[in-house]
Amino acid sequence: MRWFWIDTFVAFESGKRASAVKNVTLAEEYLHDHFPGFPVLPPPLMIEGMAQTAGILVGEARGFRDNVILAKVKSAQFDDYAGPGDQVRYDAVLETLDERAAVTRGTVYKNGQPIGRVELIFSNLPPADNALGLPAKNFVFTEPLMTLFRGVGSVAATGGIPGDEC
Amino acid sequence: MAPSRDEVFKQVQEVLSDALGVDTDEVTLEATLQGDLGAESIDFLDIVFRLEKAFSIKIPKGELFPDGLLSNPDYVAGDRLTAAGLAELKASMPHADFAKFEAEPLVSKMPDLFTVNTIINYVESKVAAAPA
Repeated sequence: MRWFWIDTFVAFESGKRASAVKNVTLAEEYLHDHFPGFPVLPPPLMIEGMAQTAGILVGEARGFRDNVILAKVKSAQFDDYAGPGDQVRYDAVLETLDERAAVTRGTVYKNGQPIGRVELIFSNLPPADNALGLPAKNFVFTEPLMTLFRGVGSVAATGGIPGDEC
Repeated sequence: MAPSRDEVFKQVQEVLSDALGVDTDEVTLEATLQGDLGAESIDFLDIVFRLEKAFSIKIPKGELFPDGLLSNPDYVAGDRLTAAGLAELKASMPHADFAKFEAEPLVSKMPDLFTVNTIINYVESKVAAAPA
């Protein structure tokens, strides 16, 4: 993963649910263009934040054996903006998982208030099925991410998701 | 007690409506999943997952939507299935109506076999075979 849209996990329950947060800051360059004078986190990037949260939940559930690919954004609805100073939290629940694919359902929060819902479908691609021969950097579970993930292992061990609304 | 065909139909309507984002009244018996309801390949997995939950059944890989057939050179010749390919497809999809397709088994027409009725037939057979 070359561009992280989550800062850290705050809860992780293997095979069930995960919760990650992102603190939005005006230091992020894209906010100055989206929009000039009205900086807000673009909803597609909130979808990506949810996809990273949920994708790692899916990958971890299968021991990171497969490449997990976002196959479809089934639905995404947002009711509010998030901007500099806000904390965005992504709560993802693993609805279904098998060796082929996974479906996740998630809620996006701004400072603890729900502002969006995102449903995603992921495809599990065994490395042997990488027919295109794409390099590892095209996939999420690279060593830098694993390092970050191990760094929050103590949080993961706590389990439970604040609010439990999703 | 096994659900009636009408009950299965109503539940399949709900499943397809949720999975494909279409209105339930668009989910008619004759509607094709791809042509009429806009399903993409990844949606088939979502449909399988939802059917498993809705009817408490297990759908093995390739049973509802056969896969791998087109990669077998014995089963495809040019733009259509061979006699062996058609026989294999019919054997693997006893729940589908082949009346139109077998007259001209074009590969491009295969998606038309996947109708709402096909799914209802399949679910009925699975529910009937499931232990009480």
